[in-house]
Amino acid sequence: MDRPAEAEPTGVLETAAAVAGGARSAVQVLTEALERVEAGDGRVRAFLEVTSALAFEEAKSVDARVAAGERLPLAGVPIAVKDNLWIEGRRATCASRILQGFRPSEDATAVARLRRAGAVFVGRTNMDEFAMGSSTENSSVQTTSNPWDLTRIPGGSSGGSAAAVSARFVPAAIGSDTGGSIRQPAACCGVVGFKPTYGRVSRFGLVAFASSLDQVGPLTRNVRDAARVYSVIAGEDPRDSTSSPEPVGDPEGASGRGFAGKTVGFLAEAEVEGLDPDVARNLGDLKKAFRAAGATVTTVSVPRATAAIAIYYVVASAEASSNLARFDGVRYGPRAEASDLLSLYVETRTSGFGAEVKRRILLGTFALSAGYHEAYYERAMSARQLLSEDFDRAFSRVDALVCPSIPTPAFRLGEKTEDPLSMYLSDVFTVPASLAGLPAITLPSGLSREGLPLGVQILAPRLAEEALFAAAGALEREIAFPQELPPGMA
Amino acid sequence: MSSLETPERTRVFPVIGLEVHAQLQTRSKMFCPCPVTVGDEANAATCPICLAFPGTLPVLNREAVTLAMRLALATGSEIHRDSRFSRKNYFYPDLPKGYQITQYDRPIATGGGIEIDTPGGSRTIRLTRIHLEEDAGKSLHDTPFADVPSTVSLVDWNRAGVPLCEIVSEPEVRTAEEAASYLTELRRLLRFIGVSDADMEKGNLRCDANVSVRLSEDEPFGTRVEIKNLNSIRFVAKAIEHEIERQAESLRRGERIVLETRLWDEKSSRTVPMRGKEEAQDYRYFPEPDLGALRIDDAWMSEAAATMPELPRARRARLLAAGVPASDAETLTSARELADYFEQTAALASTRLAANWVTGEVLRWMKERRISAEDALSFPVSPARLAGLLRMLEAGEISAASGKEVLAAMIDSPAEAAALVTEKGLGRISDAGELDRVASEIVASSPGQVALYRSGKTATFGWFVGQVMKRTGGRADPSSVREAITRALETDNG
Repeated sequence: MDRPAEAEPTGVLETAAAVAGGARSAVQVLTEALERVEAGDGRVRAFLEVTSALAFEEAKSVDARVAAGERLPLAGVPIAVKDNLWIEGRRATCASRILQGFRPSEDATAVARLRRAGAVFVGRTNMDEFAMGSSTENSSVQTTSNPWDLTRIPGGSSGGSAAAVSARFVPAAIGSDTGGSIRQPAACCGVVGFKPTYGRVSRFGLVAFASSLDQVGPLTRNVRDAARVYSVIAGEDPRDSTSSPEPVGDPEGASGRGFAGKTVGFLAEAEVEGLDPDVARNLGDLKKAFRAAGATVTTVSVPRATAAIAIYYVVASAEASSNLARFDGVRYGPRAEASDLLSLYVETRTSGFGAEVKRRILLGTFALSAGYHEAYYERAMSARQLLSEDFDRAFSRVDALVCPSIPTPAFRLGEKTEDPLSMYLSDVFTVPASLAGLPAITLPSGLSREGLPLGVQILAPRLAEEALFAAAGALEREIAFPQELPPGMA
Repeated sequence: MSSLETPERTRVFPVIGLEVHAQLQTRSKMFCPCPVTVGDEANAATCPICLAFPGTLPVLNREAVTLAMRLALATGSEIHRDSRFSRKNYFYPDLPKGYQITQYDRPIATGGGIEIDTPGGSRTIRLTRIHLEEDAGKSLHDTPFADVPSTVSLVDWNRAGVPLCEIVSEPEVRTAEEAASYLTELRRLLRFIGVSDADMEKGNLRCDANVSVRLSEDEPFGTRVEIKNLNSIRFVAKAIEHEIERQAESLRRGERIVLETRLWDEKSSRTVPMRGKEEAQDYRYFPEPDLGALRIDDAWMSEAAATMPELPRARRARLLAAGVPASDAETLTSARELADYFEQTAALASTRLAANWVTGEVLRWMKERRISAEDALSFPVSPARLAGLLRMLEAGEISAASGKEVLAAMIDSPAEAAALVTEKGLGRISDAGELDRVASEIVASSPGQVALYRSGKTATFGWFVGQVMKRTGGRADPSSVREAITRALETDNG
């Protein structure tokens, strides 16, 4: 049935069911999504590019497949994709000048799986250049606003994807998470963001930032939608040697299973003096919510979590310095005019990369250099191993670990751009799970006194996504997070 | 231990270590499905992975690992069940990713050795390590194209990502001859076990030599100089010889040897400085996060062992024991396929004849047809057909000369030797009547020679034999010919 475009749009499951059941067409769903983007993205600027023509072709193809009797778990679901993932026919630029005009020849594995499942790709979303940042302000293209307050950051680096879901443009978006790049913006924008266990989702077609940390994951409006999108994109891929052969299981079913009789441990290291009062109060509410869901609440310590930011900025930058060496102007991307090889490299990279990317390349190059290798890179890798062991010990006592997703609600645009260190600290709660390769989900857990979203993060042991979704689903049902359009969009 | 006698009678003791890069004989590249090709159009064998497009990931070629394991087994090296790859970071246009994926702190194999022959008997040069890595592309600084200005450099990435294994020897080589012998042995081994075609001209086997000298064997090793650009075994030997002499001269003058890399310049027959080690790059090695640990389980070990052919030295010994002359055994084991060809032939004919014919006529024809020893099994005359010919020779049914003619015919015909012998009428003339007729005719038409013979010049007898052999096209048995001539001379009344 025709529904007015301004009607409250539905989520992933409802949309897929309506299109699969023939109640709505993928073309209709897409038309409405594009109308919402048209009406609202002037304020939010979540999209770098809206690819309507290609999306309509995809929507028509989905309608034909549904008519032919194909069962598609994401039938007609409009999805926004972060600009660091390959979508056939679209550019993939990582919001960087150095990748201007780069057009991959095929879909990333995750994107191909979404396509096979019936998803329709609305466009490419804004991000911090090469996923390096926590506010999306490091994009070389544009600044994205938080739909809850347009003067605030959407978080980052997947800020465009988080804002697109928060603004109700699309029911789901895809992001990538290296140290919190899905979870931190999701929390800032009041949506669900999930980073799978390292190796669950193929990285083929994801432009690498830090190879041992990067994971692709969904941003959605609820836990069950995240589980649906995740189960579509997850699973072994022969094109990614680090992908896990373990079966994905039934995370969607698990999200409705409940968490009664299980134990959750609140991270002791998070509840320290100086914690934001809104965040501290929220943690108290969350303990009650878990108890209401029938879970036992305790406190656990992961001592090395406090070293996570230090470890992360050595390891991630070291890998990035190597991963970004390929951007030399020789084979693709813009090439600076130069008369010799060295100036070709220097000019191309100087004009192609933004300040934060250069900072991390320098940091990483330094950490790997002869004379410093042991003191920085090797020491960080040892500490990373110890941190993982801390988590193992913690998970021997609890089924899931809980901590805030963000240390404060979304800060103002421009507030931290001159202070990289305080920007780095925005990821203090998300980085530990990245270093240990653990699955972690954030869900909106309340509002600050200023009316901004707060986020709670749940961590589970490696590959224990089912337990994670069970905990997240149970908690979500206990939290009454407002469902109306965010204030910035009203 | 050998040393170099200098004109001033100052002995120097060279210490030489060799680093060999061998291109592994795989179908596809090390980390992508691109074919490993030779002489193709520039950049035809490339894909987004080996061109390092952002978003691509390497996937290890299992075959390359199995080949490296095979080499390790053949050299008695210890295969490590848990090794890994690292990134060697540096910028150069022929290196698409800005790093080379190689094995650094945990190579696939360590230890083992290569047995070489020296004037003082056989000796084993121990190996430090064997590791896997990918090749880089090729930069062309002097473009061969008229429409491309000389200020432009071109890059061909067909080689980028081609699997290599690096074989590093301990510094135990003592002379240029030993270095040549080591390389000859290693090249033979690589070919024999099907790990590499080891063709130095094509760049599929590359050697760098580390050379230092000292004035006595008790001294610690001297400063080492690395020599590159050695693209034949002969150049390796020449370059090492010159380098030893250059360093000896320096030491005699009381100079210090500088730690550096030098290039062999064939035109001037000397080594020239390339770069000093003080400008050495910091490669910032770290474990490759895109590939997991390289774990080799028992099944993989057995697979590598099962596909391991008999090694050249063992095979040579076996051939010697079977009665093959030493020099033939050496030739026959220069390539596994040639040894196979020989053994398949010898199984159906006499070993001695087979060795003689395969190392002689067959190899001569192969050379003429540009068939390498590695392609022996594709020689148009199969071992079974050759054996058929050899059996006829052994039975005396044809002469050696006819045998050569038949072999030539067999190359262009699928027919068996026996059929060709009949067709060409090359069968031995064993019919005494036929030989008597020919002998009588010659005696009758050569009164001058007969008179000489009768006058006591018995050497003329040989002339008659030659005539008969000529007339019968060499098909007659020499002793039968002699008998027929004797009879003819006796019955001649002239």
